[in-house]
Amino acid sequence: MVKQIAFSLALLITLGVFTFTVLRLISYFRFTKTGFPIRDLPKRFMVMLDVAIGQTKIFRHPVIGFFHALVFWGFCVIIFGSIEMVIDGLSGLERSLKVLGGFYNVIMASGDVFALVVAGSIVIFMIRRLFLHISRFEGIEMKKKSHQDANIALSMILLLMLSLMGMNAAYVELQTAGNEPVYGVYPVGNLLAPIFSGLSLSGMHVAHEFFWWSHILLIFIFANILPYSKHFHVFLSVPNTFLTRLEPLGKLTNMDDITREVKLMLDPNAAFEAPAADAPVSRFGVKDVEDVTWKNYFDSLTCTECGRCSAVCPANTTGKMLSPRKIFMDLRARMKEKGPGLVRKGMEYTDNKSLLRDYISEEELWACTTCNACAQECPVNINHPTLIVDMRRYLVMEESSAPSGLKTMFANIENNGAPWQYSPEDRLLWAENLEMKVS
Amino acid sequence: METKKIEVPVMAELFARGETPEFLFWVGCAGAYDDRYKKVTRAFTKILTHLNISYAVLGKEESCTGDPARRAGNEMLYQMQALQNITIMNGYNVKKIITICPHCFNILKNEYPDLGGNYEVINYVQFLDQYIENGSIKLDATMLGNTRITYHDPCYLGRGNDVYAEPRSILKKLTTDFVELERNKSFSYCCGAGGAQMFKEAESGKKEVFIERTEEVLRSDAKIVATACPFCMTMLTDGLKYKNKEEVRNLDIAELIVQVMDLSPQNLNSQRNCSLFVKKNTGFEPSNLYANGHSRMAV
Repeated sequence: MVKQIAFSLALLITLGVFTFTVLRLISYFRFTKTGFPIRDLPKRFMVMLDVAIGQTKIFRHPVIGFFHALVFWGFCVIIFGSIEMVIDGLSGLERSLKVLGGFYNVIMASGDVFALVVAGSIVIFMIRRLFLHISRFEGIEMKKKSHQDANIALSMILLLMLSLMGMNAAYVELQTAGNEPVYGVYPVGNLLAPIFSGLSLSGMHVAHEFFWWSHILLIFIFANILPYSKHFHVFLSVPNTFLTRLEPLGKLTNMDDITREVKLMLDPNAAFEAPAADAPVSRFGVKDVEDVTWKNYFDSLTCTECGRCSAVCPANTTGKMLSPRKIFMDLRARMKEKGPGLVRKGMEYTDNKSLLRDYISEEELWACTTCNACAQECPVNINHPTLIVDMRRYLVMEESSAPSGLKTMFANIENNGAPWQYSPEDRLLWAENLEMKVS
Repeated sequence: METKKIEVPVMAELFARGETPEFLFWVGCAGAYDDRYKKVTRAFTKILTHLNISYAVLGKEESCTGDPARRAGNEMLYQMQALQNITIMNGYNVKKIITICPHCFNILKNEYPDLGGNYEVINYVQFLDQYIENGSIKLDATMLGNTRITYHDPCYLGRGNDVYAEPRSILKKLTTDFVELERNKSFSYCCGAGGAQMFKEAESGKKEVFIERTEEVLRSDAKIVATACPFCMTMLTDGLKYKNKEEVRNLDIAELIVQVMDLSPQNLNSQRNCSLFVKKNTGFEPSNLYANGHSRMAV
């Protein structure tokens, strides 16, 4: 009974803190703009199965991707055990899901083996992070804090897996020693069980309780660290792939505000047909967090800072300032900075700073070739180029700011209908004196 | 050998005669003005003529799709261009469009529908592949023998619109030695010109993007690097020039097909195709538009 009360209290605190954090993050979505509508649910489901569950984009780096996939699939199995622990903790039962019979054996055996596999993979990840200098883990946006964040998350997962293995081993030894039935199958637990053979029955019981509590409390703590960490992707990657923009990567989103204006310019009569624009004229493009779409912000919360985007970026790999990863880390950091003020004082709130310039420089934005290598690579389907172009839209249409070459190109298109200074009269010169051989 | 003069059909003239062609051939600004890329336009026109395709160009009525303006953030200018082009195309009751430039292809196919321009848009590489597959264009792998050919994926054809198979299928029918670049298909590395980079100086860094890609091309030991985009062509041709490796030819897929089909009257060699490998004979002079030594437009 004491255990049940203690557990319920721990669970209540966990859920309370988690709800508080998540509600605050959700409240920031109020300040973002509507993006695309969520249609085509079957197609979205398939993208989610493919990219998140199937880890297909992770496998674009086949070797290390394989280890990540093992960790992900391991989590998917181990979570059954965690759910059981919550039920046990609340009800005072032991191994309550054993009623599932054969399926329970399979799940428990998989979870037990995966605990070892995940732990091994995490050790590989830690060696990569700490001793091998992987270039995509570096970059101007990767501060000391970013590295600490990664190391804390990896350490916590390692402890989670060790406590799980300890718990299963102690359980096997305790049940066997006490001539009680072992529910579930524990291949790794069986191997490790002799570690506890020197203990008395009550000693084994204490060991089991120790690992049980360590494991569940680590889960509770980890769950509440995640929303403050790049490891939030543990929760958000699956929904983010479900919410993927389904259009071809080459497509940019139309600005309907501009369409209204252009149609008015081309045909003044349209003014009477178009509904009056009563809504306050919003800013064109993106200058600060309140100009981004909900999806941009969701992307920023999902970003795991893996750097696969920047590692394939033609600008970044040739030493330019642009790093697609930084764009989304900046968006997340800026919302964290400005969000509370917006909550308190509403949309009028300003701190005389903005995402543009205080975080992301014009030089970064103009270096993008919109080649979409970043969006193609992102394992959680973040779309970087659309946000970069949205920020260019602000620069060009609100500030008339652009590199001189581009201003010349704009003028040429306006005057001649071509990006170069050639007359439309010359458009057919290529077709003169055109001959071909006929046999 | 007989030659035939090609009169390129213009939409307005056909319309005046009450004719409606099946395809609009969207030439694009590079195809109309860039001296190097005009050769690609001419090559593709020869193939269209050879196949007896019912087509027409807009000619003087064609205007920039607005792609570079849009990707540089000038949505206003893009939409003005797009709405004008759509008005003209809808006026001619255009249903199907063939493009040679992947940037025009992408914007006409994916972005014009948002503004009321709904057309079936076909990229010329897909078009050519279709006519090769149905036997109208006959290619066999002996035509270029074992000349090593590689292919650089234009971003707006590849990642932008998932066209990976067709160019490879064509090139594998031209040579027995087709090799991939290290970064290919969806992993392909940009030439450095997209997103309106073509029209501005590059930001400072430790290397130019087109040099990085050119070095990769050179590592493949290919004799020919095939492209399917005017900007990629400018960048790689410049890169090869920078590296003093002009013996490696940068040719468009349409040009390769015209060469092996022997449609060009200039190709007077009795032996087929050998003009491809004789540098002087091909007469590809540096592009007029970007000849300022920095791969950038000289205005």
